[in-house]
Amino acid sequence: MARMKFLCDAERCIECNGCVTACKNEHEVPWGVNRRRVVTLDDGVPGEKSISVACMHCTDAPCAAVCPVDCFYTSDDGIVLHDKDLCIGCGYCFYACPFGAPQFPQKEAFGVRGKMDKCTFCAGGPEEDNSAAEEEKYGRNRVAEGKLPLCAEMCSTKALLAGDGDMVADIYRERITKRGGRPETWGWDTAYKGDS
Amino acid sequence: MRVKENKGKRRNRLYVALAAIALGLLLAMALPLTGYVLHSAGLVQVAQAQEEEDEELVNQRAEYWRAVRGGVEGYSAVSGPEAGVLIQGGGQAWRETRNGPVSFYGASFIIAVLVAIAVKHLVRGRDTLDVRTGRTIARWPAFERALHWYVAILFIILAITGLSLMFGRAMLIPLMGKEGFAVWAQLAKPVHDYLSLPFAAGLILTLLIYMRKMFLQSHDFAWLKSVGGLIGDRHPPSGFFNAGEKIFFWILFFGGIALTVSGFFMLFPNLGTERDAMRLWNIVHSSTGMLLIAVSLGHIYLGSFGVEGALEGMVTGSVDEGFAQEHHKLWYDEVKGGAPAPESAPAPDATSAAPT
Repeated sequence: MARMKFLCDAERCIECNGCVTACKNEHEVPWGVNRRRVVTLDDGVPGEKSISVACMHCTDAPCAAVCPVDCFYTSDDGIVLHDKDLCIGCGYCFYACPFGAPQFPQKEAFGVRGKMDKCTFCAGGPEEDNSAAEEEKYGRNRVAEGKLPLCAEMCSTKALLAGDGDMVADIYRERITKRGGRPETWGWDTAYKGDS
Repeated sequence: MRVKENKGKRRNRLYVALAAIALGLLLAMALPLTGYVLHSAGLVQVAQAQEEEDEELVNQRAEYWRAVRGGVEGYSAVSGPEAGVLIQGGGQAWRETRNGPVSFYGASFIIAVLVAIAVKHLVRGRDTLDVRTGRTIARWPAFERALHWYVAILFIILAITGLSLMFGRAMLIPLMGKEGFAVWAQLAKPVHDYLSLPFAAGLILTLLIYMRKMFLQSHDFAWLKSVGGLIGDRHPPSGFFNAGEKIFFWILFFGGIALTVSGFFMLFPNLGTERDAMRLWNIVHSSTGMLLIAVSLGHIYLGSFGVEGALEGMVTGSVDEGFAQEHHKLWYDEVKGGAPAPESAPAPDATSAAPT
């Protein structure tokens, strides 16, 4: 079985925010919610690097560990998904997540959080694949159609890779052997610690 | 002469050959030295510096990503608090603290108090009145009773909803199933949120009203030494509040402040409180919440089943004179115009109020 992972190649990312836009458009994500964001470090100075980050679908997911209603589950592909019907909008997953992935639409006055929204690796939720209910709550389920996440598919420099962790790592390793330099599988030691 | 000339030519040739050999040897020795020459000229130094720079770059890169893991903030076109932080490490510590010691010691403390109450009740039984005179004495004015029950009912609702969010996953999901518990949790969370403000207002008012009477006095230490009569038959005399009630008050005072402040920040995530602070407030809130629940269980027991005559005071406003003499001797004497007690008497109109 595949173990789905994201990998962002910091030497290639050009901070075009195409992945962010692709994601928002594909899933009709509500205003104020961004499942993916691009962060630029040392912006405008030599050594500037950009990274596209979303939910990394951690092996021992901290969000799932602290959820009071236990609404998270991991798919057979290692994708961390959640059930919005159970979510109470407490924000604990956001406190625990190393990557700042969980997002909350503002529901009412006083900043009350709505139901949590995050990257699904384009794999929807617990509803029937690509049903209207699933699309409404979680966006498109591309994985069920045999496709990979749109952010990575649309990445103009192929900096963002998504797919089986071994294959993604092979592609990246090949790049490193050709261009030289040290590998930097950004975020992997945080997300996939103890993973084989 | 020719021979001489030939000899001279031959000698010249020999010199040329020797010179050539000497030059060859010199060059052979000197050429390898060019490395040193180049080195001192600076060319090799440049190459070395390049190497050093590469090494530095490698270290810089390691530093770079270490800083990223440490939570260094970059720029992001996506707006929002901490959007520029790629990795933040505090979540893991919070997860371990909340799911570990906070849950464990919190639950243990609540259970320990329940066990202590059960043991006390089984061993000593109900603390019954020696004498029930039938005459009553006013103790709690209507406003204070209303405030007490207002705060008490809100506290119990907040305790149940709060404990549901803390331990529901471990204790209620196995009973109710995820869907069943989610229905309750989706009600419990907003109830906890919305009732918190009226509760905080009532709690703060309570703390302000009684604060003046709650400072420990000399006779309180004698009471504490006998643990309120648990050691020996009869506890030393106390004023309007005994030392146990005073200590309960101060736990409520400091715990209540911590609970209110931490709850306030968690209630309004739109104030821009960052995750580090939110996690700290969460730990403060859950710890103090469980502490107050535990001590309140003791208060509830002593105020109802534990001590005969206590509950009727908070229900009707008046207590039996027997209760007053037995548990609050100094206050009783003061009200009856006996020896002046160090604590001030309640309002004069309260003393003449009849039980309802």
